[in-house]
Amino acid sequence: MDNRTEKKREQKPLTGSFRADGKPLDIFEYEQAGGYEALRKAVKSMTPRDVQEEVKSSNLRGRGGAGFPTGQKWSFVPTGEGAPIPRYIAANADEMEPGTFKDRILMENSPHMLIEGMALAAYATGAEHAYIFLRGEYVTAARALEGALAQAYEKNYLGKNVLGSGFSLEMHLHLSAGRYMCGEETGLLNSLEGKRAMPRAKPPYPQVSGFMGKPTVVNNVETLCNVPHIIRNGAAWFKSLSLGQDGGTKIYGASGRVKRPGAWELPMGTTIREILEVHAGGMRDGYKFRGLIPGGASTEFLIEEHLDLAMDFDSLQPAGSRMGTGTMIILDDRTCPVGMQISLQSFFARESCGWCTPCREGLPWIVHTLNSIEDGKGEMEDMDLLLDQARLLAPGHTFCALAPGAAEPLMSGVKYFREDFERHIREKRCPWPME
Amino acid sequence: MVTVYIDGKPYQVKAERNMLDVCLSLGMDLPYFCWHPAMHSVGACRQCAVKQFRDENDKKGKIVMACMTPAAEGTRISLKDPEAMEFRASVIEWLMLNHPHDCPVCDEGGECHLQDMTVMTGHAYRRTRFKKRTHKNQYLGPLVNHEMNRCIQCYRCVRFYNDYAGGRDLGVFGAHDNVYFGRHEDGVLESEFSGNLVEVCPTGVFTDRVLKKQYTRKWDLQTAPSICVHCSMGCNIIPGERYGTLRRIRNRYNGEVNGYFICDRGRYGFEFINSPERIGEPYLSSGDVPSGDILLLSGKEAGDAKILKGRKILKEGEVLPHLRAVIGGAKGIIGIGSPRASLEANYLLGRLVGPENFHPGFSAAESVLVRQMVSILSDGPVRTPSLKEMAHADAVLVLGEDIPNTAPILGLALRQAVRQKPMERVIREMKIPQWHDYAIRDAMQEERGPLFMATAAGGRLDGIAAGVFHAAPDDIARLGFRVARALSPNAPPIEGSFTEDALSFADRAAKALREAKRPLVVSGTGAGSLAVLQAAANVARALWEGNRNAALSLVAPECNSVGLALIGGPGINNMGIKDAVKAVAEGRADTVIILENDVFDRLDLPDVQALLRARQVVVLDHLPNHTISSLHAGCVVLPAAAFAQGSGTLVSSEGRAQRFYKVFNAPSGRTAESWRWLRDLLVDLGRPGSESLFSLDEVLSAMGREFPAVRGAVEAAPAADYRIEGMKVPRQPHRYSGRTAIRADIDVHEPKPHEDADTPLSFSMEGFEGQPPAPLTSRFWAPGWNSVQSVNKFQSEVGGPLRGVDPGRRLIEVTGMGRVSYFTDIPGPFTPRADEFLVVPLYHVFGSERLSAMSPGIGELVPPPHVVLNKTDAESIKALSDMKEARIDFGFASFRLQVRPDPLMPRGVAGLFPYGFPGLHGVVLPAWGKITAPENARREKEEK
Repeated sequence: MDNRTEKKREQKPLTGSFRADGKPLDIFEYEQAGGYEALRKAVKSMTPRDVQEEVKSSNLRGRGGAGFPTGQKWSFVPTGEGAPIPRYIAANADEMEPGTFKDRILMENSPHMLIEGMALAAYATGAEHAYIFLRGEYVTAARALEGALAQAYEKNYLGKNVLGSGFSLEMHLHLSAGRYMCGEETGLLNSLEGKRAMPRAKPPYPQVSGFMGKPTVVNNVETLCNVPHIIRNGAAWFKSLSLGQDGGTKIYGASGRVKRPGAWELPMGTTIREILEVHAGGMRDGYKFRGLIPGGASTEFLIEEHLDLAMDFDSLQPAGSRMGTGTMIILDDRTCPVGMQISLQSFFARESCGWCTPCREGLPWIVHTLNSIEDGKGEMEDMDLLLDQARLLAPGHTFCALAPGAAEPLMSGVKYFREDFERHIREKRCPWPME
Repeated sequence: MVTVYIDGKPYQVKAERNMLDVCLSLGMDLPYFCWHPAMHSVGACRQCAVKQFRDENDKKGKIVMACMTPAAEGTRISLKDPEAMEFRASVIEWLMLNHPHDCPVCDEGGECHLQDMTVMTGHAYRRTRFKKRTHKNQYLGPLVNHEMNRCIQCYRCVRFYNDYAGGRDLGVFGAHDNVYFGRHEDGVLESEFSGNLVEVCPTGVFTDRVLKKQYTRKWDLQTAPSICVHCSMGCNIIPGERYGTLRRIRNRYNGEVNGYFICDRGRYGFEFINSPERIGEPYLSSGDVPSGDILLLSGKEAGDAKILKGRKILKEGEVLPHLRAVIGGAKGIIGIGSPRASLEANYLLGRLVGPENFHPGFSAAESVLVRQMVSILSDGPVRTPSLKEMAHADAVLVLGEDIPNTAPILGLALRQAVRQKPMERVIREMKIPQWHDYAIRDAMQEERGPLFMATAAGGRLDGIAAGVFHAAPDDIARLGFRVARALSPNAPPIEGSFTEDALSFADRAAKALREAKRPLVVSGTGAGSLAVLQAAANVARALWEGNRNAALSLVAPECNSVGLALIGGPGINNMGIKDAVKAVAEGRADTVIILENDVFDRLDLPDVQALLRARQVVVLDHLPNHTISSLHAGCVVLPAAAFAQGSGTLVSSEGRAQRFYKVFNAPSGRTAESWRWLRDLLVDLGRPGSESLFSLDEVLSAMGREFPAVRGAVEAAPAADYRIEGMKVPRQPHRYSGRTAIRADIDVHEPKPHEDADTPLSFSMEGFEGQPPAPLTSRFWAPGWNSVQSVNKFQSEVGGPLRGVDPGRRLIEVTGMGRVSYFTDIPGPFTPRADEFLVVPLYHVFGSERLSAMSPGIGELVPPPHVVLNKTDAESIKALSDMKEARIDFGFASFRLQVRPDPLMPRGVAGLFPYGFPGLHGVVLPAWGKITAPENARREKEEK
């Protein structure tokens, strides 16, 4: 690691100001750390277009997993004379991706950062209403946000005529009833409207027809939290934080049998090996690394040979995977890969909204088949069936990305651990002893 | 038009379509489930997957859903691509993981879209070894059966029931592979369109519960094209018969009329036809009920067998001589026609008795209204639209008519009309194609176009209306006159004051109508008010001055009211049937022939008594009614065929003449269509010209010569001698089973098929097997498409007209500048009377039409009768405050009814609900009546 990288690693705009005791920063602490300077700057001295341009040139890409350029997303919102009103901003805080807990950390520790980011996004797109769509189980974050919202209103960072600028914003906290589909941006909007959390057909995109049929931007929490820093310090600074093309830092995480499971804010483009071996402390004693899924459950497995790849939006593609949320789940040698698949696939099957046929019917079939293999009742043809199903659940075949997301760890899991599957079938039992 | 490429071949297609629609319109077979031609695309089922290629160099392509792919210039897709075919078969395989293999015991079997699509994709082998998921079923009422295990989660049921038809009590519950479609708990489905679930569901989840009572497969049903007789909208239907009983009714697509849907009254109201109480033989009345002492019988008593006791059956060969004697000995005969009988029957009755003695059988009030209605439509400048056109109106004013209860399918059209304006905005501003239903609804949300409802009481469309106004008929009319004046200075000024609510309603309605591209005014005879009709005509005329697309639709009371008005001759006058009473009372006639009419519905009780005192009364009808049970001894009753047992022509509110065809011969063998009885009598009497009145066609042409207004009725369907490749069109499907065995318990010899000289249809499975002209289409069925979805194959393009042209011939067209100018007879504001109420009819879809209410399924849904009063009025009748019942006294007749206070009811007005309930006879509404507490009345009586 050269000095430049080392220096970058010290820059932690998102988490650097966190309190040591894990309590949320109150508004004074947040302001002391430079908080709301960006909002003040924007509403006083920048046009909404300026804010959009700054974010665009920062190369900020969506941290929810898909990596869509944030500034570009905002630019699709129709603004100006005759554009539809009201417009909306929604923070996707329905963090339900298995193994992912980065947004929780941000909201629990620095709720104002999200609020300021949303206010900036609202300013940039001319939105008058903002919703924080929060995962229902995130009670601690909810309390932190409730308190922060009250403070922000009190100091006129929210509400009518923000800081005397003429810009007004009402922000609401909405607790989700709890479906994975609510994390899909259009499922989120349906849920927010009181409808079933089913995804919508795109196009039209939410920026054109979103909440209540009006232009709406849905951004991930981590994405929004980056915005105040970009506006305060500039796009060039933000780009300089990264080791690669995409701007900024990234909150990476690791779970599984590592010495120090957790999450760390690191320069975008840090290698998997560094995250795993340096920050997570490597495998726990007595456990060997077998593979990992890099960003939540809906990404492809990677194995030993991929560890030196950089964790960013583009570098994992040649290996057939993607960064996703950047919070990896590690498979060790004492965990049954079939069992891990069952956990993953059961989750996806359960969280299918039931709208489109392949997802609704295909995923349970996969789960039944995997359970059968795990129980020693599998047949060799089941391997073909699993691969068939994974292939048929391709993007575009289904209504949204849920089932293709489920197919990613399945397809790659069978590819890398096929022998383990077949051993189950041959031996008519799970070869892993119960721990 | 754009060029698209399907499997390499170029096609010129309409640009605003999606590729599934395109493929089906081109006659290709591409399977689908969630897409529906009336409800469009949502992309849920993934069954219509095809391969799309970027351009001619793209060899890899990607799987897309045809229903979600716009037909853009240069779109290239492949249906035959192996990957697409594999995926389509996989979708069926997924659906079949849980779908029970119970086709042999499933009511849908043989006409199941899922069966058809399964065969179409080629999926045949079951690979899964896991258990199927199961659900509990619900009781959904007497009309629709629920069997959730068969569900393939296409979401069509809720999309139809809620999104399209405005229902609220059918929902989606659960998630993932445990999605449940049903009510929150067992109970009767609330929507009057629930029966469409049977056709909308692609498999056997929702099936016909009435059919289940005497189940028959589609292939065993004898069917013929028919027209619904339960309101004036003229919905096209396909009744199906087996073993001499009518088993079910299915929708018959007509692009201009009912499209894909009919209401439950139309679908399930047919059971009266199978009633054991049907009059099966001609007889002479026993006269158990002496004339002059006519009692008001309850509906049940009317149908009681006791009235048949002592009657004398007329044997074969006795009927015509007896009738000849009756007519020969008559000192003046009058004929009373019927707005529910065919044009042909009414016309021949007129021929028999002479035009001056023919009374159309309307009550005096109805006669005035129907005459005015036809005059407005024929002589006014404003066009009467088809139902399809009404569904596309972008602003609607309803004056006085309770549409969901008097013309349900028009209510469904208005539910689509309120979507037009916001939908056009969304399409224009967001560039969402019209077929992209999911996105359109998300973009539109709850936004609705202008619908303004002015009715006596609250109704089911109020919830989607931009403005509602509840008032007495005169005040509704005044409101209409005010709207007309706001629209045009040529409309007559209106004096007197209005409430603020009325002013705001009128201004907003006028503004919405003026700004609309396709404004529509709807009214009708339901309010019983001439002023309301005239006000509607004025609004339409005022609109028309500025917008030639303005349309005016008037709802007639019954299935052939308009037809009867067109051939009513001098009988269409202000007196209606009262003229006949007068003729009898004055001794100008002593013989009365009543055609399919219960005069108790048309006359006040004293008039009924006067009429039935005639020396001789001849009645032709299907079922015992109050008229029949009140006949004195020796009167003749002739068994008349009900709609599915005869052929003839009806004219709908639109003025559309439509032919209905005999589906089967009435089992009694002695039942005949009324027109046939009358023809036989004319021939028997040797009346001049009767020799050329033998066939239905001859009757129609003679009628057309005499009444030019209905000349077009001949063109409503092909003539009897029409043949295709020398063949008739069979009523029995190509797979009809049991032909030789069906009567084996009676006679082992197979009888000769019934001849049908009157139509191009045959009572046989032999004949032309292809697609006949639309008016002769007896069933929708195409190779590979056994279900009702096969209708795609009968249309010129998906959702378009049936091949050739949609059936029916419009008899009323505007001729440019109308002869009717503005009506100026504006009533004063309604003033409640101190001691009386204006009693108005309040309708209910189930109960306000008598034939359907006699069908057990519908009968179960008829609400208990009651009188609706404004809350303050109800309380002001002091004794009522602790009384649940009230006595409504019209002087000559009185009724005891439960009271329902309703804050929406106007003061001084009482509503009888549901109008037409059994026992409500001998009173023509609206009428003034006293309302008292029954106890008071009793005490008064005691004091006397």
